[in-house]
Amino acid sequence: MTDRLSVKKTYKLFIGGAFPRSESGRTMVVTSPEGAVLAHVAKASRKDLREAVRAARAAQQSWSDRAPYNRGQILYRVAEILEGRSAQLRSELEAVGYSADNARADVETAIDGAIYWAGFADKLDHLVGGVNPVAGPFLNLSHAIPLGVCALAAPDDGGIRGLLGLIAPAIMAGNSVVAIAGGRSALVTSTLGEVFATSDVPAGVVNLLTGDHRSLLPWAADHDDIDLMDLSGAPVDVVADLEARAAQNLKRVARTDGTEDINTARAFSEIKTIWHPARI
Amino acid sequence: MATTDSAPEAGDLAQTFAGYVPSIESRDIVELRESYGLVIDGEERESRGGSLATIDPSSGERIAEVGAGNAEDVDDAVVAARRAFEAGWRDLAPRVRAKYIFRIARLLQDRAREFAVLESMDGGKPIRESRDIDIPLSAAHLFYHAGWADKLEYAVPGMSARPLGVVGQIIPWNFPLLMASWKIAPALACGNTVVLKPAETTPLTALLLADLIQEADLPPGVVNVVTGAGETGAALVSHPGVDKIAFTGSTGVGKQIRRQVAGTKTRLTLELGGKGAHVVFEDAALDQAVEGIVDGIFFNQGHVCCAGSRLLVQESIADDVLNRLRRRMERLRVGDPLDKNTDVGAINSHAQLERIQEFVEGAEAEGCRIYQPGGDLPERGFWFRPTLVTGLGGSERIAREEVFGPVLTVQTFRTEAEAVAKANATRYGLSAGIWTEKGSRILWMAERLHAGVIWANTFNQFDPASPFGGVRESGFGREGGRHGLQEYLDVTPVAP
Repeated sequence: MTDRLSVKKTYKLFIGGAFPRSESGRTMVVTSPEGAVLAHVAKASRKDLREAVRAARAAQQSWSDRAPYNRGQILYRVAEILEGRSAQLRSELEAVGYSADNARADVETAIDGAIYWAGFADKLDHLVGGVNPVAGPFLNLSHAIPLGVCALAAPDDGGIRGLLGLIAPAIMAGNSVVAIAGGRSALVTSTLGEVFATSDVPAGVVNLLTGDHRSLLPWAADHDDIDLMDLSGAPVDVVADLEARAAQNLKRVARTDGTEDINTARAFSEIKTIWHPARI
Repeated sequence: MATTDSAPEAGDLAQTFAGYVPSIESRDIVELRESYGLVIDGEERESRGGSLATIDPSSGERIAEVGAGNAEDVDDAVVAARRAFEAGWRDLAPRVRAKYIFRIARLLQDRAREFAVLESMDGGKPIRESRDIDIPLSAAHLFYHAGWADKLEYAVPGMSARPLGVVGQIIPWNFPLLMASWKIAPALACGNTVVLKPAETTPLTALLLADLIQEADLPPGVVNVVTGAGETGAALVSHPGVDKIAFTGSTGVGKQIRRQVAGTKTRLTLELGGKGAHVVFEDAALDQAVEGIVDGIFFNQGHVCCAGSRLLVQESIADDVLNRLRRRMERLRVGDPLDKNTDVGAINSHAQLERIQEFVEGAEAEGCRIYQPGGDLPERGFWFRPTLVTGLGGSERIAREEVFGPVLTVQTFRTEAEAVAKANATRYGLSAGIWTEKGSRILWMAERLHAGVIWANTFNQFDPASPFGGVRESGFGREGGRHGLQEYLDVTPVAP
């Protein structure tokens, strides 16, 4: 039967493990290149952002308390689920104008990137931590700690790799995140919530907001309970203003572009150093 | 002086002080000039922004005039640093760069006493501290980083590391020479050139260090020193020819600098204020803990960003610890920084003294109890007695903001969770102390305390190999160790 009426998906936010509409009741239209309306995606408001930060903060400590090995396994699970959903994600990318090849490449690089970071979790301290040879009878240890809550501005045209490329290293290091994307990335951003919801990622560790960077990012920069912003996908002309606003609570500002290397891992972590006497 | 296990009676104390013979370090070793210029491109130049007086805080008297560098002076210094960078320092064989820095370290060790006396004269810190900590640790920073210069490829394995270029470094008045060495050493080791802006009230040892760098025959322009006040620093921060700013100072100024560099490519590290918690559990070795608490807050008159300024003591031992602490505070000798027996020297400036007074008066007005030991203070100069503030609720200004003076607040807790909650109830996150004999409790606490540096069963330990720096509003970036090097390097993937 081909005349069955299809059930269309409602594209919503992903906050604290749930899928709410925007509290503002606002949506934004996502269209195909030809102008056909694909969906009215939830348009996150300032209050949605606050709710997402609250959920992220609540989830952060216990996420970072998990063993890096466990965080790595959960990230691997994200990649597995993503692989299973690749057809859906590809079709959503193609609907907004990606060629079939580009859509496939985007999903595949995103999955492979998640695998890269899954394997990084229990290497981070190997690479950036260790014993420091101080000149005295002390044991002096440095190791990586997460920043806390990270706001991630994913590019509006970065596809899944643009979004997951920021989320994966951030949560790998024990942070919780509020990731923001709109434009052509809105559909897959919303759908990615379904991946996290079914990947054993604890509720609140990843929160996804579809919306407008120009309105959401200044609120994020002003927010006192955000510890880092990755502005990889922020419009270039607002970066200076966002950085100046970030000074208020000295939240860190990074632009990692999700590059798969040690610099990105370092951007999402800080060094804590512990001294203890070694003399009795 | 004889020591006893119990507190001396009032009569004993009076006798102890009455019979006290000071042991004063001679000032003769320092040759002071009437005035000092800026050091730019390997020569001393007169400032075009006028001059300012630097004061001996133990007498309030003027020691010398130093240049107040203006924007043109800063520009000259940045241009000189750029030229020195491009003309050779960048491309110098790493082993040669290392040898230059080793030379500076050795020259500093040779003249350690002169530097120590000058540091105590200009800044008011006890000679015991400048002699045993500031100067040797400054030399250690130079020596440690010198050895990195030809091993940078191991600093971030698998990545390529290049110098950034010209770095502007703005340092505070609490550890003037130590902060200068702490900043210059890694910058030079990584192949950068430097424009250093010392603090307004303590410029002299940085200028003497500049002399010594010339004596070590470093190429002109590799290290430039522009003295001055806030405007000089602001000119440096906003100079487009500066590739990186490293700032140590207050959180307020740190935020201004952050705003100033917003939207530029200038890299930034900030080492800012703190409100360090010192958590003492009932199973701690109490004599050692009390020594740690005293060192944590009265070292350098409490002018220490990582000072343990909030004592959190477990309720069951609170009375015992406070009694021991008061007894110990009675024995602290406040006075002449050049007296080798002095424990607490002069407050660095009149402005800082007023700020500390305002904090303590405010605490009293908010209902806190204030304890200060007796004893005479010198008549001239800027002094503040070691101070204990009890009866806090936690919301008082003195419990939340950095005093930067010899003032310790005290609160109690019952459980580990309560200790963590109270310790973390601050926007700062530089240091924290833990005193307990239970290893698992140390590690559990250390994971949860918001701080870049944790001292367990010790406090205020510093080493060039140990990365130092804060979380949250105590700033970002690390100084020291392998981690500190990376702040002075452009680290990129090795081209395949």
